[in-house]
Amino acid sequence: MDQYTLNLLFVGATFALYIGIAIWARAGSTSEFYAAGRGVHPVTNGMATAADWMSAASFISMAGLIAFTGYDNSSFLMGWTGGYVLLAMLLAPYLRKFGKFTVPEFIGDRFYSPTARMVAVVCLIVASVTYVIGQMTGVGVAFSRFLEVDNATGLYIGAAVVFIYAVMGGMKGVTYTQVAQYVVLITAYTIPAVFISLQLTGNPIPALGLFAEHTASGLPLLERLDQVVQDLGFAEYTGAQGSTLNMILFTLSLMIGTAGLPHVIIRFFTVPRVADARWSAGWALVFIALLYLTAPAVGAMARLNLIDTVYPNGTAEAPIAYDDRPVWMQNWEVTGLLTFNDANGDGLIQWYNAGSESFAATAAERGWAGSELSVNRDILVLANPEIANLPGWVIALVAAGGLAAALSTAAGLLLAISGAISHDLIKGQLNPNISEKGELMWARIAMAGAVVVATYLGLNPPGFAAQTVALAFGLAAASIFPALMMGIFSKRVNNKGAVWGMLAGLIVTLLYIFLHKGWFFIPGTNTFTDADPLLGPIKSTSFGAIGALINFGVAYVVSNATEEPPQEIIDLVESIRVPRGAGAAQDH
Amino acid sequence: MAETPSNNEYWAANIRLVTWSLVIWALVSFGFGILLRPLLSGIAVGGTDLGFWFAQQGSILVFLVLIFFYAWRMNKLDIQYGVDEE
Repeated sequence: MDQYTLNLLFVGATFALYIGIAIWARAGSTSEFYAAGRGVHPVTNGMATAADWMSAASFISMAGLIAFTGYDNSSFLMGWTGGYVLLAMLLAPYLRKFGKFTVPEFIGDRFYSPTARMVAVVCLIVASVTYVIGQMTGVGVAFSRFLEVDNATGLYIGAAVVFIYAVMGGMKGVTYTQVAQYVVLITAYTIPAVFISLQLTGNPIPALGLFAEHTASGLPLLERLDQVVQDLGFAEYTGAQGSTLNMILFTLSLMIGTAGLPHVIIRFFTVPRVADARWSAGWALVFIALLYLTAPAVGAMARLNLIDTVYPNGTAEAPIAYDDRPVWMQNWEVTGLLTFNDANGDGLIQWYNAGSESFAATAAERGWAGSELSVNRDILVLANPEIANLPGWVIALVAAGGLAAALSTAAGLLLAISGAISHDLIKGQLNPNISEKGELMWARIAMAGAVVVATYLGLNPPGFAAQTVALAFGLAAASIFPALMMGIFSKRVNNKGAVWGMLAGLIVTLLYIFLHKGWFFIPGTNTFTDADPLLGPIKSTSFGAIGALINFGVAYVVSNATEEPPQEIIDLVESIRVPRGAGAAQDH
Repeated sequence: MAETPSNNEYWAANIRLVTWSLVIWALVSFGFGILLRPLLSGIAVGGTDLGFWFAQQGSILVFLVLIFFYAWRMNKLDIQYGVDEE
């Protein structure tokens, strides 16, 4: 059986499984559509949260970004796990006690202001749509490879599948489907990593293999990697290259963004008790850590394998000839995400850091006229099993896993967007008497709109999947997280403070991002680039942490200059701080 | 719910626990993983240094322990101060 058929078989079988579960657990009432009837066990909920959380960014994109940059991109690892600590301690139990369905509902009630609720809806939509753009990038990469079409066609097919999938199930379908998706994605991520770790180090646990000895050279794996990348003029893998300030702000943005993303928070509304909300955050991180502890190993080992593929006789010898290139390179050339350009016309694939000044002399001496191989970082994880010559079923499994990751998150996000529009905007504001049927219809229209916008922008994305997703985190960090936290931990912050804080955080962060990534992410309309940012070393992906500080500061100043919140709001804050009396959540 | 002395003490105990947990949270990630990495560079771990390990794996393991410790401790405090869900 050839690889194409095998891919179709694996992807088809897993899709049939998810859709089967979605039909079996079809959402009936609106309350089931949003929050699965609140009967989900913490371990189940943790696993579903992990699937919901780990998207194309974590599965397809992150290890590739780590592979090509090394230590500096550790921010993704710390940021996307450290946020769960904030979630467990600062938000999840209190929001569960509050007992409503959506994040804007909490903000609207706590800050006794329909305006605050509307501003929260806008923040949620901006962050979630940006996030979906990143998912679409990943979906496009995955579909283009396994269907063997160009990237744009892959994106269109992927968008159609995501839409059909999200419309079919509500959260209830999604909760059990996501447990299945978690199992598929973690298996797909781990199996090739175990094979590769065994090949390179003899250690079956990739997380340990990363710090073990590289069998072929007898050196520690990371030392060997540092050596070969520097042989080609690239920066030392384990060394810090960029600005420390930027790395700290980037990590912080990802952490507080994690705790501010509505589609993750919404999952903690679905556990039976406040105590379970605390455990759920822990279980979610257990299931996430299984992938996140493996990811840095996948990145480092893939980089080493890629260099060994291009330079089979060592970095000091000539690279392979284009005509002798392995099948996986030919496959990826079809998608346009891997390209070869024979700059010096010798038919060999020279791949090195042409941007390094200190390496220029060596390159000239070897007769190299520029780096000839261009590899999109988002393909690395999907191509990884092919690079390592693993069996065909492993390659097919990884394709299925990557799609599971992208699909589960895209569905969760679309649900959060449609909930915000149909429940908070239309039912909560414009037409309170709307029927359940009308509300569900608006939810689906909102999903369709979000998919169309994200697909259009996904064609020319503002960055690799994980970078676009990082922008979404910055936006959530600057707008939603501070409002939620102040709503719980301060009795003094009032309606005006919250509204102005959220607006200031969102607008300043959005401006900074648009100045660097183009207005509304349209390519070519940017004034600055992340290589040379507006404010010192602070890249647009790191600005969320500053936006959050602005949000806190403005809210504090405005609140103190205006009247105190009324007594019933102070009572409400008192009440959400203690678990006693948490009943089932109510709709209104 | 009315403000009672017991609720106040419960909240203060919660804030203390959260503060200490977040100090450790910041120490392992921003501290050992980034800012203090040069200080830890003498401690070799598998071809690199301890700071690299904290940045790529160690901090995640500490985060896990922190959340489970917090959940366990808070659920006990709930009962101790009589504010748990019946």
